[in-house]
Amino acid sequence: MVPVAAPTHSFCVHLPAVANFKLKVKMKFVVKAWSTNGSRARRGKLNMDGLEVDTPCLLLATRKGLPHFITPDLLHSLHPTARAMQISPLHFWDCPSPSTVEAIGGVHGMLSMPEYGFIAIPRDSVSCIPDPGRSTKFGASFETPFGHRMAKPVQYMESICALKPSLWSSLPDEVPSWVSDKRNRISVDRTTRWLDDCLAMQPTGSESALGAVVGGTSIEQRERSASEVASRNVAVEVLQGVAAGIDLFDSTYPYLLTMGGYAMIFPFNMEDKLFDNKASNVEVSDIGTDSVKINLRATIYRNDASPIMQSCSCYTCQKHTKAYINHLLNTHEMLAQTLLEIHNTHHYLQFFEAVRHAINVNNFNMFSSWFVKHSGSNL
Amino acid sequence: MALRFEVLGTFNRARAASLTLPHFRCQTPLFMPVGTKGAIKGLANDQLEEIGCQIILGNTYHLELCPGADLIDELGGLHKFMNWRRALLTDSGGFQMVSLLHLADITEEGVTFQSPVDGKSMLLTPEESIQIQNKIGADIIMALDDVVKTTITGPRVEEAMYRTLRWIDRCIAAHQRPADQNLFGIVQGGLDPVLSYAIGGLSGGEEKDSFWRVVAQCTAALPDDKPRYVMGVGYPLDIVVCSALGADMYDCVYPTRTARFGTALVPEGVLKLKHAAMASDCRPVDPTCSCMVCKRYSRAYIHTLVTKDPMGSQLLSYHNLAYMMRLSKDLHNSIIEGRFPEFVQGFLQTQFPKGDVPQWVCNAMEAAGIDISMCCSPFPFSGNS
Repeated sequence: MVPVAAPTHSFCVHLPAVANFKLKVKMKFVVKAWSTNGSRARRGKLNMDGLEVDTPCLLLATRKGLPHFITPDLLHSLHPTARAMQISPLHFWDCPSPSTVEAIGGVHGMLSMPEYGFIAIPRDSVSCIPDPGRSTKFGASFETPFGHRMAKPVQYMESICALKPSLWSSLPDEVPSWVSDKRNRISVDRTTRWLDDCLAMQPTGSESALGAVVGGTSIEQRERSASEVASRNVAVEVLQGVAAGIDLFDSTYPYLLTMGGYAMIFPFNMEDKLFDNKASNVEVSDIGTDSVKINLRATIYRNDASPIMQSCSCYTCQKHTKAYINHLLNTHEMLAQTLLEIHNTHHYLQFFEAVRHAINVNNFNMFSSWFVKHSGSNL
Repeated sequence: MALRFEVLGTFNRARAASLTLPHFRCQTPLFMPVGTKGAIKGLANDQLEEIGCQIILGNTYHLELCPGADLIDELGGLHKFMNWRRALLTDSGGFQMVSLLHLADITEEGVTFQSPVDGKSMLLTPEESIQIQNKIGADIIMALDDVVKTTITGPRVEEAMYRTLRWIDRCIAAHQRPADQNLFGIVQGGLDPVLSYAIGGLSGGEEKDSFWRVVAQCTAALPDDKPRYVMGVGYPLDIVVCSALGADMYDCVYPTRTARFGTALVPEGVLKLKHAAMASDCRPVDPTCSCMVCKRYSRAYIHTLVTKDPMGSQLLSYHNLAYMMRLSKDLHNSIIEGRFPEFVQGFLQTQFPKGDVPQWVCNAMEAAGIDISMCCSPFPFSGNS
């Protein structure tokens, strides 16, 4: 699992960040289709707590379990595959207490979302950012809007046991790729040690741990980390885990676009006619609109009575116009963020569906080249 | 006719009615959420319909500033712009001017103010206010009134009352769409009982005892077959009292504004979700409420969100508006079903379990002919309550 900021030209292989998560238990994950022609892309089915998701799969970014601006009633109808959510235990560091979380029924009970999958990962790229400078041998440090938070394995697992997520990652010592070799080695050592600590404290009978793999850009360190993880009975083979074949993606891309007032519009359907000419117009790109996204704050949209995308079936495109969203952005109404997050999440999920389909029909390489050609460079 | 008002049931002065507007058939008494700039903060249309919202109020002043009435008109009116299928009401723009623009000056011609955009001197006349509202296209539009603070006394009050009457005539003359937009007149006069008819300008911090008396005088004097709208009201208790006295429609920013501060409206009064005690409280915000928020979440979870995450405001706004819609429905149904006094008694007993019902409420209920002696201490039957 890789924190992916945007679709890249080889979205199942590229590892822009340094932490990489592997799946522990083979029987809950089944590969349904492999690619030939040298690609490592694969289609799979992941079963967690009875919820079955098709992979490669997008995990929706959340803040305390819910998307930033989408209430659960609107989330439910967002998209059929909007069922797997990323959650950070660090969001609940201050409250509620683990005993209260347990009393309310863990994350599923607290959010009243029994039919959803929650994957607990300590970091997110928005409000819980790893702070390697402050991490020590005792625990990992994170920067949050409310100050620094130190997570030691004991506290982390106390939270995991209370939350009872569908899957959870062990605690990594995440470092950026430019650190020294020595710091990289230390990161692998700590992460491995903390994996042991976490596994020792996991809820009994649970087989839902994801071992965190770190090691920066050093293949050697990653192999060392991965093999350490694999030797602790993580099912997926080391080679595939290190190179391509990533199955789960968490991403803050829809959220970041939303906060900027952008709507995602890149095409992902090869059968669609080549994309609206307006978007590839040079003047239009001056306002931050390109073939990937449109800038709804731009005045050209103030009287545009069309939806963001005619072909989009999301709530926002079915019910509202670009003119209205432009107005909401200008008047600083929160409904703008709600409507944009709905559309952007829906669009991104549709993209993942297209990826899965391409792997299914063994067309993945062609899909990738087509996508690169039509998305332009502003990714 | 842009409006049909049919009283379906009464109890003394209180009435339950059907208010048929071009876009929606409403039931009164009703509360109208304020969608200042064309949106209720954080809530989508489907959600507003789900909780039973019938009419939304839009502020003419803000809408004219942004995006502008001409643009709204170009795009087919505010209903189409917002994609709201039910009813809309716009105010005249006068109140915001007086309250937001310090240098507003009122003359016979209209309200002179400094444009917030470029500081130029601008004038809002009754004719212009109506023109703007005609473009916006709401089901109900308000006449421009000469607004005075209720705390003002003396000749200014009388001047305001007469000027408002002259302005109503000008508004009527300027109204271009009487067939699909209903014009409401606002009567002014501060709190001076001699001048009466004041249902506008009452939400500015006046004493409650004066407040209810003015409402009572107005409802007594205004015709029975037309709806009575008390602007800027308000707290659930105020709405119950005014309904008992014969008012039908209300608007206020209170439910959504207080949600943003982490306060929920509950039958007992208010619940401050920010409070440390909420951090471990596993009960729903309001156990008697069946809204999405109360069915799903505990106080502990909402406590985690409030004042820290926008989702907290969204969820509490949702609940608070659901609460106000439920109150509206309860008022309407209890009058129709002949149990209005019992509803009022139950409401007061829940809000004031110790029997400390404020004196002004007792005075108002007496005028309304509703016996609430069992709600006030010392309780008539002493012993264990």
